[in-house]
Amino acid sequence: MNNFTYAKTTDATQAIDQLNGSTQNKIVAGGTNINDLLKYFITTADKLVDINPFTDNHAITELENGGVRLGALVTNADTAYHPLIESRYPLLSRAILAGASAQIRNMATNGGNLNQRTRCYYFYDINTPCNKREPGSGCSAIGGYTRIHAILGQSENCIAVFPSDMCVALAALGATVNITGPGGYRVLAFADYHRLPGDTPHIDNNLQHGEIITGIDLPATGFKKNYSYLKLRDRASYSFALVSVATGLSLDGNIIKEACIALGGVAHKPWRVTAAEDFLKGKEAKRENFAAAADIILQGAQGYAYNDFKIPLAKKAIVRNCMMALNPETQRPGAQPSK
Amino acid sequence: METNNTHTTSLRVNGNDYQLNILPWVSLLDALRENLDLTGTKKGCDHGQCGACTVLVDGKRVLSCLTLAVMKDGSEITTIEGIAKNEALHPLQKAFIEHDAFQCGYCTPGQICSGIGMLKEGKAHTREEVKELMSGNLCRCGAHKGIIDALMEVKEGGNYE
Ligand SMILES: Cc1cc2nc3c(=O)[nH]c(=O)nc-3n(C[C@H](O)[C@H](O)[C@H](O)COP(=O)(O)OP(=O)(O)OC[C@H]3O[C@@H](n4cnc5c(N)ncnc54)[C@H](O)[C@@H]3O)c2cc1C
Ligand code: SF4
Ligand code: FES
Ligand code: FES
Repeated sequence: MNNFTYAKTTDATQAIDQLNGSTQNKIVAGGTNINDLLKYFITTADKLVDINPFTDNHAITELENGGVRLGALVTNADTAYHPLIESRYPLLSRAILAGASAQIRNMATNGGNLNQRTRCYYFYDINTPCNKREPGSGCSAIGGYTRIHAILGQSENCIAVFPSDMCVALAALGATVNITGPGGYRVLAFADYHRLPGDTPHIDNNLQHGEIITGIDLPATGFKKNYSYLKLRDRASYSFALVSVATGLSLDGNIIKEACIALGGVAHKPWRVTAAEDFLKGKEAKRENFAAAADIILQGAQGYAYNDFKIPLAKKAIVRNCMMALNPETQRPGAQPSK
Repeated sequence: METNNTHTTSLRVNGNDYQLNILPWVSLLDALRENLDLTGTKKGCDHGQCGACTVLVDGKRVLSCLTLAVMKDGSEITTIEGIAKNEALHPLQKAFIEHDAFQCGYCTPGQICSGIGMLKEGKAHTREEVKELMSGNLCRCGAHKGIIDALMEVKEGGNYE
């Protein structure tokens, strides 16, 4: 790590003040991503601003509109196992528990999870060009080894994927992100939080320097009856997704009233396609319809040789996960594949 | 870096109080090993990928390699050195011996601290769930079967305080 200074802060006003002055003044929460990046010199800091001593933002609370607010500083583990989340948003519990390891989930915070950076091998190797790490240097993944890379929404400047599991569920649920900063308080829809790489792959999301996430709000509908999270990866546990799918269904008998489907591991942000969800509305909840929706979601997908497999894999994963959502017990660890 | 960048950090480790003047980038792992000479906690990868450095901070299992010591000012930490009660081994330590749950022993301190954290969390009910919730601790010697056997025995015995 480079040499940096350190400041503890107890509220957002103090933290905003400490972040001011240099874009190299950075927030540390659970530390599971930023400390790793600092150790590799992928990122550097003048000052780390510790927001853990905040008096607020450590709770999970019910909102008047029927939704639930996740404090930014609640750990991923405490969120996944919270009675309100387990009972009303089991999709979110599942997705969080599919990520990282128990120790990391005990450290990682909800605010930090949204801001974790890609696991692209070349981003991690400071001896290779990477537009995300060093704007304008080029993209080593294009023409390189691309097993973990994007098939949707990529640009000629970057084909990295955003690696979070939790955020795939938050995207499917239609959460909102609460942000406070020098310019005041604002709320972003989850779909507007993360960005596609375009010409600015070094910018992962729309948080401005100096801004702090204080919480994440979940809407009232949690799809607690029909939901499923499926994560496909190279190891059975403690490994990032090659493809993941979060599905929430609202059914009337066997007719779909509402379908929310988000993909992870395929793009620079959780991938959600309204046209596919509209297509499913009013249709029977069956394999053929989910397969047609999967085709809509994967429209325009492009592989880079080593990740071509992700296109058929994602289609099958969508169908399987939607079928599992009809019968959520089928997604227990060790459960048999759906027939 | 000038010394006015050090931070007075109080840690209660295995029941003993320490005050360290520490630079902000020192990991809890290095503070334990280098400053306090508690070398039981192991450095495997130093990047959150192996679990060898697992300790209990305020009762919860975390990775000391990704933790900055300054951030744990005022915390209570238990390392492998604090698991036995005087000469009496912890039930999980005994079970590790009985079940041959290690070969080189390098991952063992992390496995035991993680295992105690996992048992206290109370979220693993089946062998399958124990495996899943211990997946953050790798064993290069492949002693996982013995490790899970040991954990299952202690879990079923219910005696892991
Ligand atoms: C070995 C390993 C395996 C992993 N596997 C997975 C996995 O399978 N799935 C998965 O989803 N994740 C995985 N992770 C990533 C992990 O989930 C993230 O590192 C974690 O969620 C980040 O949260 P944190 O609080 O530790 O963030 P920090 O490391 O503290 O911060 C990360 C970033 O967020 C910023 N930040 C933090 N809090 C705020 C806030 N409130 N407002 C604004 N900015 C903020 C920081 O400035 C920093 O840029 C893995 C990590 C490791 C090390
Ligand atoms: S894919 Fe993105 S992160 Fe990876 S090397 Fe290319 S520019 Fe860098
Ligand atoms: S040394 Fe900390 S996880 Fe490997
Ligand atoms: S006993 Fe050797 S690494 Fe586990």
